[in-house]
Amino acid sequence: MTSAAVDRTPLLEVRNLCKYFGNVNALEDVSLRVNAGEVTCVLGDNGAGKSTLIKILSGVFAPDAGEVLFDGEPVALAGPRQARALGISTVFQDLATVPLMSIWRNFFLGSEPTRGVGPFRHLDVAEARRITREELRKMGIDVRDSNQTVGTLSGGERQAVAISRAVYFGARVLILDEPTSALGVKQSGIVLRYVLQARDRGVGVIFITHNPHHAHPVGDHFVLLNRGRVIGDHSKAEVTREQLVREMAGGAELEALAHELAGIVEP
Amino acid sequence: MTEATARAGTPPPATGGDERAASLSGVTRLLQRPELGALMGALFVFALFALTDSTSGHLWLQQTGIAAWSQQAAFFGIMAVPVGLLMIAGEFDLSTGVMTGVTAIVMGLLINNLGWNAWAAIPGTVVFAALIGLVNGLVVVGTKLPSFIVTLATFFILRGISVGGVLRINHGSTMLTLRNPNAPGISSARKIFGSSFAANSSLPSGYQSSILWFVGVTALATWVLSRTRFGNWIFAAGGDPNAARNVGVPVNRTKILLFVATAVSASLVGVIQFTAASSAVSEQGVGYEFYYIIAAVVGGCFLTGGYGSAIGAAIGACITGMAFEGVIYAGWDSSWDFTFLGVILLLAVVVNTFVYRRALRARR
Repeated sequence: MTSAAVDRTPLLEVRNLCKYFGNVNALEDVSLRVNAGEVTCVLGDNGAGKSTLIKILSGVFAPDAGEVLFDGEPVALAGPRQARALGISTVFQDLATVPLMSIWRNFFLGSEPTRGVGPFRHLDVAEARRITREELRKMGIDVRDSNQTVGTLSGGERQAVAISRAVYFGARVLILDEPTSALGVKQSGIVLRYVLQARDRGVGVIFITHNPHHAHPVGDHFVLLNRGRVIGDHSKAEVTREQLVREMAGGAELEALAHELAGIVEP
Repeated sequence: MTEATARAGTPPPATGGDERAASLSGVTRLLQRPELGALMGALFVFALFALTDSTSGHLWLQQTGIAAWSQQAAFFGIMAVPVGLLMIAGEFDLSTGVMTGVTAIVMGLLINNLGWNAWAAIPGTVVFAALIGLVNGLVVVGTKLPSFIVTLATFFILRGISVGGVLRINHGSTMLTLRNPNAPGISSARKIFGSSFAANSSLPSGYQSSILWFVGVTALATWVLSRTRFGNWIFAAGGDPNAARNVGVPVNRTKILLFVATAVSASLVGVIQFTAASSAVSEQGVGYEFYYIIAAVVGGCFLTGGYGSAIGAAIGACITGMAFEGVIYAGWDSSWDFTFLGVILLLAVVVNTFVYRRALRARR
């Protein structure tokens, strides 16, 4: 860990989180932190506890033990609304946008700008469309027609709409749930660039993924989860992509697998 | 610094998406309008009956014909529009038809049996309807059962009550007639709800005032749907309730309010019918719930929710009205209007599916 990271108060930090579902230890003694303007990647295979962690960070679940600190102060997240109010915004993989609605309607869904008074209060459509275009442009997307339905956008662009929306509405911590897992190589690259855009605007990003190849280029810190436990915690300087891949696959396990496969493939 | 972080320092160039955004031609955009198919259908049906009109003097194209189908359209449309909104929010209401009859009876009972002034009976009827709508909405949201089943139950409960209750109160008759033709307030209420306007030498009976209510309901619903926060929530509630909840949309409240609005619209039809006819019959309106749904679907509202328009549902109601009246003007056996409607419904669903694919055509 570099000294700079130690000195700063992390924007969001969790210490020794535990979560049990019956006999299953979904999370056991998990700690991680994210600073403003940095990306912390949470890496783990299926069943590692990533979803449970997201749900605790976004206020859906309460942890059974451990604490959540926001700006250095302990907080008890009572629900998703409170998390959002603090500035913790979660972009869920599939549940981020409504495909049949236009881009601007999606962008402002739930926080629509209005004008007029009393029964004549109505949507400020021109303003909503202007802001939508402007905010998406900051992310590097030029939508000529924000009346297009989100369904006509590519998977990467949809993620971008959700990310730029979260940033516009004051997200200080952005939690991205597997934003690249359903995407092709090129689209994944585009989304990774949006992650860096958000970071450069001072947002602390928690990037949850099972793909070390996506995590390594954008991450400042890497936390590896396996079966609910932290099995690795590195800053960028300490770790190469190859090490991340090895650790994620369980190091020695992977070598054994490679050996075994070699035996099968060779005639 | 790695290559990726260095690259992020400069604003990224716009992605390739923009040239393709420009390729969304005017035609495509027009095809994405939910009401386009309905409008073409309405013109087709109007032209069809203009050609097959067998009345002497070709009344279909005269004011007589227009007054006839627009009155029918109004009765369907006042309901089809809120039913369409409810459908966009992802819910059904099968109790709408019976509600138009039940509310007419409630108004009659309030005037006949409780001696209320008509201007007190009207809000009384509206409140009664709103309560039924509230129950529908609360049960659907609370039990998470399909609204199809919940409102089917409401339909049958109300149907039984409307027959059994009226038989009991009304001494064995299912027809409830206004006992005192000069009951207080009734003549002024009739002027507003159940009379006609623009009578002239070629159309002595004029146009029904229900047509104006139909236009008003359509305009209000269009404004709400396209220009208010609530309208945005209607689309989201039907399009993807989970995504909507994630961004703080009160999905349940939106749905409950729409059930109330639908029931209140039914009471408007009830009031119009009672003031116009000075009578109400048990089971009046039963079976009409399907016409409302047909009109909404023909008008481009998706059965699966998330897409549609109020104007589309209103045009759908016009098609339904024209189908009922046009068959008479063409001199066909009136049984054929069911077949006619069925064919139109099927065509509309095919067109809707095409629109849906266009709207969701992903460009990966």
